[in-house]
Amino acid sequence: MTTLRATGLPRRAVAPDLPGAVAALIGLGGMALPFVQFRPNRIVAGEALTLPAALGARGTAVLAGLAAVLLLAALGRQRPALRLALGAAAGLGLTLALGAAATALSAGGGTLARVSPAAGFWTMLLAALLLAADGAARLEARPALRWLLLAAGVAAVAALLRSGVLADVSVLREYAARAPQFRAEAVRHLRLAFASLGAALAIGLPLGIALHLQRGLRPAVLGVLDVVQTIPSLALFGVMIPALGWVAAHVPGAAAAGIAGIGVFPALVALFLYSLLPVVANTVVGLDAVPAPLREAAAGLGMTRGQVLRQVMIPLTLPVLLAAVRIVLVQNIGLAVIAGLIGGGGFGAFVFQGLNQTAMDLILLGALPTIALALVAGVALDIAVAQLRRGAA
Amino acid sequence: MIEVERLTRLYDGRAVVDDVTLTVDRGKIAALVGTSGSGKTTLLRMINRLVEPSSGRVRIAGEDTAAIPPHLLRRRIGYAIQDHGLFPHRTVAQNIATVPGLLGWPRRDIAARVDELLTLFQLPPAEFAGRYPHQLSGGQQQRVGVARALAARPELLLMDEPFGALDPVIRARARDDLRAIQRELGTTLIVVTHDMGEAFALGDTIAVMDGGGLLQYAPPREILTRPASDFVRDLVGAADRPFHLLALEPVAALVQPGEAPGAPVPRDLSQRDALSLCLWRGLAALPVAGGGVVTLAALERAAQGGRP
Repeated sequence: MTTLRATGLPRRAVAPDLPGAVAALIGLGGMALPFVQFRPNRIVAGEALTLPAALGARGTAVLAGLAAVLLLAALGRQRPALRLALGAAAGLGLTLALGAAATALSAGGGTLARVSPAAGFWTMLLAALLLAADGAARLEARPALRWLLLAAGVAAVAALLRSGVLADVSVLREYAARAPQFRAEAVRHLRLAFASLGAALAIGLPLGIALHLQRGLRPAVLGVLDVVQTIPSLALFGVMIPALGWVAAHVPGAAAAGIAGIGVFPALVALFLYSLLPVVANTVVGLDAVPAPLREAAAGLGMTRGQVLRQVMIPLTLPVLLAAVRIVLVQNIGLAVIAGLIGGGGFGAFVFQGLNQTAMDLILLGALPTIALALVAGVALDIAVAQLRRGAA
Repeated sequence: MIEVERLTRLYDGRAVVDDVTLTVDRGKIAALVGTSGSGKTTLLRMINRLVEPSSGRVRIAGEDTAAIPPHLLRRRIGYAIQDHGLFPHRTVAQNIATVPGLLGWPRRDIAARVDELLTLFQLPPAEFAGRYPHQLSGGQQQRVGVARALAARPELLLMDEPFGALDPVIRARARDDLRAIQRELGTTLIVVTHDMGEAFALGDTIAVMDGGGLLQYAPPREILTRPASDFVRDLVGAADRPFHLLALEPVAALVQPGEAPGAPVPRDLSQRDALSLCLWRGLAALPVAGGGVVTLAALERAAQGGRP
């Protein structure tokens, strides 16, 4: 999520506001673009409609309301809470309008008709979210309030999806047809992201501690991890699939242990490898940053090396470690999509199925929850890091 | 009793501490002084084995420290350093409880000990126990650092420039408090300092080091009046010698019968402060509480260190 920081402009009744103006420009531009795409069935090319074309007077009213909010934001800086509320309201209004347009358009088209959000919807939604994010960032809320806001946001989206107002939107039609598979892929996706994170922590933490103690090993190990980080994921699979396939075929017991050239295993290995650098590098940086007098005092008071690590070094490194967990988790939730390419499951399964069938709705069914998950994980860990730093300040 | 016997530490074949032998009696304070690089800190760190000696030995109450695992040895020796090294993620009470915790004291004993020490260091437990180090002033942090070092009732306390981070006013007070607490607890104390005034104010004996070697190890008066070498004399500061000497004794030692005008000074006032008062007020004698006077002439004689 883009965070736009307050720039310290003087607060006047009417003063142009940069984030507000950017959002307004994007949002007003989006009004000229088609809002939804209507197709009699999933395969044929459809017809792009603006919001008034799809919803008539109601659509015009939604656009007018959105335009008012955007102009208000461009012309003056509201209090952060008000701006957050305006952005959220605009986003909610657009989403409800999408649901209504889908219901109205598919009323005559039967169950095969598909109504998908088009460029206009996405552009205007982006503008609304920019406003909300700007408000949220400038709120500088305490962690407790930030948790509350996050929970409220998640609950609002969940309620919207369950209420049925969006049921006629193409993505949810695809979901309705695949609900059990969707749940299974969601579990697989989370398992991939968290298992690779867990493995990276299990290996990366001790490795980071070792590098902290043995400076001489650093250039070599960090250099290798740096190179691994730059290998494109497809190239990594290109190497791993034959290599792991050979291992599975020739090493006794390997296949039984789950090692295989395709499927979950190579996906896990790839995510794990990409996770190692952030975990190891942050561990080393965090441990190095603990002031020398503290280590000296800890040893001088009679702590063993292990106790110095556990009781002093690691607690003081925790905010930096958590920052690494944030990087890795967000990165892995996104990267786990490629598992779908090699039969590893997860939301990527929908994305690649959609790509093969040029079915945009199916791609979105995989992409949207991935984005949402990464967003929630990122925000949640940001709050946790802030909380830790506040505690240790 | 702490016995340091022929202690040597080599780095790359060069002796940073060279064949040092000294003894500190139980309950006494030894001050290690010297220029930076003289080896005084390394000597201190060899006593609790933060630095392993290349040769020689240290005995505490007759027990060879080389025979004790380093972490267990250190739990028996208090250790306080210049930047106090308080753990920022732990409260004042948790910081002080560090060594008792490592020693596995029962929780109730630890809590009682923490309260006792906070009270001793004039940090009311109700107010300070739950604070974090960054919420304390420099002087308070320093006191918590010393309280932490004393928590497990160590027989020996090692301090490296314990007042280095304090401003001069708080520093003098912290030094007096430390001396009082040390007397009360009877802890043996070895303190490293580069401030000669501090060394004279604290030390029962002073060890002067240079280039890794021990040049002189003697009570303050002897260091002042019979320096073992020109280096020792220069380090003490020839110009300050009479004042350092006067600072060592109270006026009570110089009281003679007589009368003098003005308010009497306490008997435990240092001779240095008495001289200062005489000079400032232009007096030849000061009345002393409980009868008698101390004269400017007597102070002058004392400042010559009893030399003819």
